Amino acid sequence: MNVLVYLVPAALLLGLTGLFAFLWTLRSGQYEDLDGAALRILADDDLEERTR
Amino acid sequence: MREVVDFSTFVERKADGTAHMALAVEGIGCAGCIRKIEGGLTKLPGIVGARVNFTQARLTVDWRDGAIDAARIVSELELIGYRAHPFAPERAEADETQHAKWLLKCLAVAGFAAMNVMLLSISVWSGNVSDMTSDTRDLFHWLSALIALPAAAYAGQPFFQSALKALRARHTNMDVPISIGVILALGLSLYETATHAAHVYFDSAIMLLFFLLCGRYLEQAMRRKTRLFAGNLASHKAAFAHRLDGDGQVTQVPVATLRPGDRVLVQPGELIAADGTILTGASEIDESLVTGETIPHAVRAGVFVYAGSTNLAGALTMQVAAAGGGTFVDEVERLLQNAIEAKSPTVRLADRAARLYAPVVHATAALTAVGWLMAGAPVHDAVVTAIAVLIITCPCALALAIPAVQVVAAGQLFRSSVILNSGDAVERLAEVDTVVFDKTGTLTLPDPEVDTSTINPDLLERAARLALSSHHPLAAALARQARLRAPHAGAVEEPGRGVRALIDGKEARLGSAAFCGIDPHTASGAAGTSFLAFAHNDQIARIAIRQVLRPDAVSVVQALQARGLDLIILSGDRPDAVGAVAAQLGVRQWLASLMPAEKIAVIETLKSQRRRVLMVGDGLNDAPALAAAHVSLSPITAAHLAQVHADALFLGERLTPVLRAIDVTRRARALMKQNLVLTVIYNACAVPIAMAGLVTPLIAAVAMSGSSILVTLNALRIRLSVGPGQRAGEAARAEPLADATMEPAR
Repeated sequence: MNVLVYLVPAALLLGLTGLFAFLWTLRSGQYEDLDGAALRILADDDLEERTR
Repeated sequence: MREVVDFSTFVERKADGTAHMALAVEGIGCAGCIRKIEGGLTKLPGIVGARVNFTQARLTVDWRDGAIDAARIVSELELIGYRAHPFAPERAEADETQHAKWLLKCLAVAGFAAMNVMLLSISVWSGNVSDMTSDTRDLFHWLSALIALPAAAYAGQPFFQSALKALRARHTNMDVPISIGVILALGLSLYETATHAAHVYFDSAIMLLFFLLCGRYLEQAMRRKTRLFAGNLASHKAAFAHRLDGDGQVTQVPVATLRPGDRVLVQPGELIAADGTILTGASEIDESLVTGETIPHAVRAGVFVYAGSTNLAGALTMQVAAAGGGTFVDEVERLLQNAIEAKSPTVRLADRAARLYAPVVHATAALTAVGWLMAGAPVHDAVVTAIAVLIITCPCALALAIPAVQVVAAGQLFRSSVILNSGDAVERLAEVDTVVFDKTGTLTLPDPEVDTSTINPDLLERAARLALSSHHPLAAALARQARLRAPHAGAVEEPGRGVRALIDGKEARLGSAAFCGIDPHTASGAAGTSFLAFAHNDQIARIAIRQVLRPDAVSVVQALQARGLDLIILSGDRPDAVGAVAAQLGVRQWLASLMPAEKIAVIETLKSQRRRVLMVGDGLNDAPALAAAHVSLSPITAAHLAQVHADALFLGERLTPVLRAIDVTRRARALMKQNLVLTVIYNACAVPIAMAGLVTPLIAAVAMSGSSILVTLNALRIRLSVGPGQRAGEAARAEPLADATMEPAR
């Protein structure tokens, strides 16, 4: 059962990482325009500058 | 003259020298729109940033203060092809956004804790039947407590706060038994952990919070979505008024910024923006949105006019009066106050269930403890069993049973172009047995239509093209008939009389009968019909323009009657006009020439007969009746006061949303009752097991999540059983496009 000494903290750490990642995305406003984000990826204005 | 537009009330100036403005944009529908708008604006000098929010159909712009004018930004957007309306977000909307973020944070914390506690719990459950030592089990229990206690303290706040508020007001709601259940489960588990016992309920408590928060968040998100949409529509409609400043300059200002005493110029064809007294000018005004009367009447200096009336003929200047300066509006306001005070609050289904539920459950738990003590069990065992009863009956399914249906029903209504203003409207709409309709603007379309049956199409086309050059609202109806959307060059409008132009070298005139040289006394006809005269090249025509029924009014009325609903028309218009509409629709009960007080009296009589009345109306005169009725609906074209007091709004030209609203909500109510029955069955099965002391944490977890998932899935059935409707969002996005094609080419 000694394996628990690092397995349990590892599990908790991973969970907490997920939680803080979610809270960060929430704070940076990534849930404010869910439909827009899906469409913005189609805009290729970043490509244009390179090809011209 | 180029008019100055004053947007300063919408611009927010920041300390770092930038200005910020939010706009609701019409017609954002594709990925290209985002790029066109953002790209087009950032090219302008002085613009710091422009960001489109596609979901909300809104745009925020930041610029260096002084480098560019707010009005320039709006006109630039118009050049790109988008009509934008600046707006100041409502306080309530900002609060709700904040609340949504908070709920989402609570949900995230509860989700994290539920996952990790369950990870430990499952290990314990499988360890209990294999080879786990009691030391390892204690370690896992302590770890669970370490995660669950702080998480529940944070994520449980929405429930604890609401329960405390209810208790302080000396009544209970669903959150009281929820809070008691969660706190007892956590407290008991902590005690059991400390005494090295085998069973703890940390996972049940935290999972319960997670499920309930999912329900809360979805409910709140739906409410926020409809409010946002309604806010956008309101800003699209937000009117501007021409304010005459002291130096004689005309400034276009938002109506909301008008102050009593301001002088306002009202052009022919415009809506009168505020209540007030006419200073100069004479005209005819259409007060159909105010009183329901469809025949225009003449006004001159000194007459008091109401906001929402349309100025038909000549330019007027008027002085804005303090709110409620007119006797009619005073009367409406007074009736409205009485109606709101007299209305008994309806007890929502969920609250009624909660009131029954809490005492029953708590009494059962007490009985369990007493029963076990009398049977000779030790105090510890008796208390643990009683608490297990409370945990397993903690109203997870009950608290989800009704909100889940409401969320799905509100979404379904939104797709059918019905926007809910109040949360419990779903339940009240389902109970309706009598529908009261207003006529003008509700059964009929808000804009009049040309009767094309009696007129030569070639002559109609010439008249319609001439009508393109007029501002008169009747001419606007005629102009919609024009196939070639090119106005005649050199057309001259004579305010209050008509418009004239040379067509093929001969003078053509469109306007009043006298203006076109026809004897005005011949111009009388059926009720609710107005006439425009047209004269060209010796040909003379009288063009009838009248109120027409919404295209599906007859079929909707028949469908409502087929559902056993009693229909009544109450109108402020004249009896012959109302009678004709009633006959056409096949509605036997109607009353005409009603004042607002009489409309309320009819509704009160119906209520005293214990009828549940749905009022559908749009006029200022309907507002008190809308507030008095059991539940109310308004078209989106309704007067502001009517919209505020309606429980729901419907969009578009059709009347079908009224029918859909009743169908969807009736189905929703049936599902709510089904869900309540399901939760009662669940409790009937679970409680005896708990009372017998046989509930293990594993059984509690399975039973609670199982019942919650069952009622949620049952709620989703509403989408299967009621057919698809048009999405409100799509309808509103399509409308501006239709407008754009109707405008003459520039």
